[in-house]
Amino acid sequence: MTTTAKKSLNPVPIKERMKIPRQAMPEQAPLERAHNFEEVNLGYSAELARQEAQRCLECAKATCSDSWPVGVKVTEFVELIVAGKFLEAAAKIREDNVLPAITGRVCPQEDHCEGKCLLGKKVKPLGIGYLERFVADYEQRMGTHVLPTVAPTGKKVAIVGSGPSGLTCAGDLIQKGHKVRVFEALHELGGVLVYGIPEFRLPKRIIREQLDYMREMGVEFETDVVVGRTVTIDELMEEEGFDAVYIGTGAGLPQFMNIPGEHLNGVYSANEFLTRINLMKAYKFPVYDEPMLNLHGKNVAVIGGGNTALDAIRSALRLGAGKAYVIYRRSEAEMPARIEEVHHAQQEGIDFQMLTAPVEFLSDGKGWLTGARCVRMELGEPDASGRRRPVPIQGSEFDLPLSVAVMAIGTTANPIVQTTTPGLGTNKRGYIVASEETQRTTRKGVFAGGDIVTGAATVILAMGAGRRAAKSIHQYLTTGEW
Amino acid sequence: MFKIIHAEFLAPGIKRFVIEAPRIARKQKPGQFVIVRIYEEGERIPVTIENSDPERGTINIVVQAAGKTTNLLNSLNTGDSILDVVGPLGKPSEIANYGTAVVVGGGVGTAMAYPTAAALKKAGNRVISIVGARNKELVILEKEMRAVSDAVLITTDDGSYADKGFVTDKLRQLIDNGTRIDLVVAVGPIVMMKAVSELTRKEKIRTVVSLNPIMIDGTGMCGGCRVMIDGKSEFACVDGPEFDGHKVDFGVLIQRNSMYREAEQQSMEEFKRKQEAEHACQVEGALR
Repeated sequence: MTTTAKKSLNPVPIKERMKIPRQAMPEQAPLERAHNFEEVNLGYSAELARQEAQRCLECAKATCSDSWPVGVKVTEFVELIVAGKFLEAAAKIREDNVLPAITGRVCPQEDHCEGKCLLGKKVKPLGIGYLERFVADYEQRMGTHVLPTVAPTGKKVAIVGSGPSGLTCAGDLIQKGHKVRVFEALHELGGVLVYGIPEFRLPKRIIREQLDYMREMGVEFETDVVVGRTVTIDELMEEEGFDAVYIGTGAGLPQFMNIPGEHLNGVYSANEFLTRINLMKAYKFPVYDEPMLNLHGKNVAVIGGGNTALDAIRSALRLGAGKAYVIYRRSEAEMPARIEEVHHAQQEGIDFQMLTAPVEFLSDGKGWLTGARCVRMELGEPDASGRRRPVPIQGSEFDLPLSVAVMAIGTTANPIVQTTTPGLGTNKRGYIVASEETQRTTRKGVFAGGDIVTGAATVILAMGAGRRAAKSIHQYLTTGEW
Repeated sequence: MFKIIHAEFLAPGIKRFVIEAPRIARKQKPGQFVIVRIYEEGERIPVTIENSDPERGTINIVVQAAGKTTNLLNSLNTGDSILDVVGPLGKPSEIANYGTAVVVGGGVGTAMAYPTAAALKKAGNRVISIVGARNKELVILEKEMRAVSDAVLITTDDGSYADKGFVTDKLRQLIDNGTRIDLVVAVGPIVMMKAVSELTRKEKIRTVVSLNPIMIDGTGMCGGCRVMIDGKSEFACVDGPEFDGHKVDFGVLIQRNSMYREAEQQSMEEFKRKQEAEHACQVEGALR
């Protein structure tokens, strides 16, 4: 496909396209899915995909692509779907995004491509995420990846962390002919995609398939390596012969509110709660050994309003929680979670306690959680983030009985790599300083991106950084210029 | 996969494994630990590193059988493999020449205390080691401790070996005898570390303890290992595992370590049932 004027493969006249309704994503019924870990969204059929694709206005100035952190050529791949050329559509996406089956499922499309879709100004935006997912899954079912062939450059790159940022960077670099080795601290590859995002939103088989594809392309993986402890960045470069390193170590230490009772048994960080369930499969105890508190019939609350919070509480529901609450200090409009996840959670019966915050966790006197003392909030003047600051309402305290509380209020920088890499610049909050354009750090040959640079953000933003880093690593390796 | 080069019992229920792990062997420092996962459905548990040999590319770990995972681990032998071994984790012990250092090892904690004692000795300290155990059979690494200490004092709870009593009795005696002590390092059961810390607090002796809370990833990601230090939350895997004993809230540590007691018991009972069933099958097979 080129951008020069040519006849569109879409037979529907432009004026008629807006009349086609956005095709709904088939999903498991809410009451059924609330009790299993199967995927909520079932995916478009070929028919649904083609109908949805026909809605694309094929704007000359495709703002959807510009607002995509990895810059996928949306109108081009969508047109190929209209024509039924699904494998070509997948190849078109892969030119810019090595993980389409994943981004099609977990991206906040409303903030990127779909948020900028012209259709959205009049009717509902094009289902770009759903279409992306469709072609990626189609390609997987057909089992016919096209492996790119490139001449080896003889250069070696180490990628620290196998999350979305590291995998994107690895995928791009291998296609440039560099030797790439990915180091992962955990026993399983995928980073937040495996320990954080639950099965019902992103099945693990999807990640495994993406990893198999990367292995086929020649990417090497080494698990059980905590860079900074097992081997340092300096050792990788000086002793193991890596010419460049990309640090994509991701989200850091979970934050707590520092309110009384946070050490009670039954209070979890979202990272621990989700890691037990997703990575360690505690929901299959005793087949798997990792234990989890029994949630059957229990009251469970998550504190926070992001995707992690919703992943945690919806997992709790699936583990049999009697009542499942989201406690968030602002209102629904400010919730950082993906809109689709909020809707799904509401359908499943999650009780949203908006404009509410815990001030203390209550105990049975023997170290176990029995509830949260909460206070209602109202929104005051905007704060530094531009969002209206929640202010406690005097005398509004009430007690919510709980057996388990999950803190999903963000993370702080993990210090392991920074403290073991001399000369690696960090900011006030301990995150690695890296150029927004090139992802270069203050150390020659060392690049960084994703949450370890920006603080907690989204999968697609981390992937965007991985992509920019790959581009500038390639430039550095070919020119030697820093 | 990490191959077991050699396995031997140091005491009933306490086993030492020499494991091929060249990356870890090269980097291991006193005070650090590893996390292991034995098989696909297994949990991740932190385990003590007793020693390492960078040349051979091996580490020694010491495991005391308590629950299902540690029992399974201790059923492995030379030639078997462990699915995952990751480390070395945690901050290394702060080694310097303090003057006189008393290193206290309780039970299997002696294995964790040993490399620290050796490093303190090498750094020029006068090292007095106190090793405590429930009984004679459970005193481990006596020879090794003697090799790196100026003096070794041993106590058993039941008096079946050396002096009857607790490690704190020996520490008390040292203090009462007027021994100048600049540093105490205590590694062992929580109640022991708590008792040592309470004793040295009164005497204003700097005391370091090594905490072993529930842990999953060991890299700071999950926050399961959070401990209360001086009223603040810290993570044992990245901020520790060694902390100032006078600032540790041992009550919270004991409480949090009890979080999965029910599940742990369930796992252990099922494990025992299975083992007994297997044993019965073998006996039956042998009889036939």
